[in-house]
Amino acid sequence: MDVKTGFFYLFSVVLLFAAFRVVTARNPVHAVLYLMLAFSQASAVWFLLNAEFLAIVLVLVYLGAVMVLFLFVVMMLDINIDTMRKGFWKNFPLAATLGAIVALEMAAVLLSGFRLSQAPAMLAGAVPVDNGKALGILLYTEYLMPIQIAACILLVAMIAAIALTLRERKDSKAIDPSIQVKVRAADRMQLVKMGVTQPAPAPVAPAEESK
Amino acid sequence: MMTLTLGHFLSLGAMLFALAVIGIFLNRKNLIVLLMAIELMLLAVNMNFVAFSHYLGDMHGQVFVFFILTVAAAESAIGLAILVLLFRNKNSINVDELNSLKG
Repeated sequence: MDVKTGFFYLFSVVLLFAAFRVVTARNPVHAVLYLMLAFSQASAVWFLLNAEFLAIVLVLVYLGAVMVLFLFVVMMLDINIDTMRKGFWKNFPLAATLGAIVALEMAAVLLSGFRLSQAPAMLAGAVPVDNGKALGILLYTEYLMPIQIAACILLVAMIAAIALTLRERKDSKAIDPSIQVKVRAADRMQLVKMGVTQPAPAPVAPAEESK
Repeated sequence: MMTLTLGHFLSLGAMLFALAVIGIFLNRKNLIVLLMAIELMLLAVNMNFVAFSHYLGDMHGQVFVFFILTVAAAESAIGLAILVLLFRNKNSINVDELNSLKG
């Protein structure tokens, strides 16, 4: 058993434990923290697969941005955990059985079916490039259009998230300087011409007419 | 068992996916844990992509993971925004109470 295999098993065990705790943790904040642990372990596994760029992106984008967003939202919401957890352990035996069957069957098939243990050697004339450079060359040549679309998707998501959560406060006492500057005297005070004497109001019409 | 093969990484992905499915079954009421379980599923899928990309010597798999990460980030941002909106209006994120569409 070489060092790489040992590290693989270490990262896998921690990853699976963290994933288990994510779905069973009582406190949502703990669930988010375990999810961060799971993502960091997955990033370590990707390092074993020589996918350095994606591993670092996973740490930066997921641990740094998405998980912090999750934490913010979890801390903002006031969740009543007890009603959420009602019927939790009732479903557990069935769910655990199903999950174990799925995982074991797939593992049995995959472990015996995919016995590739060596990455293919590079072609004789190929220039060796590191992972990030190879990914960048692909992204900015062959996938130029898809990456623009991905950028648009991110922009749309950002605008949508802001537009969804934006609200005008009814009780706000903020003032708008541009309206203040544009104000005219006529807007504030209205002069009403009135005679010195006023005629007496017309007598009220009999009620029968309205019926 | 002792030398790492493609099957090891695929099995890890499968187990992670199974755990996420269990999580969806268990936390049917809690919307935020459902979102986290979906993130775990996407992670399992990405694990398979990266493993195949390494063992088949094909960078296109990693490009695909890149795009999955992009879309997943957008998805979680909008999902959390909807969650916040839902909590503001209903004061609860219990999935059982979200029945105003009568679906």
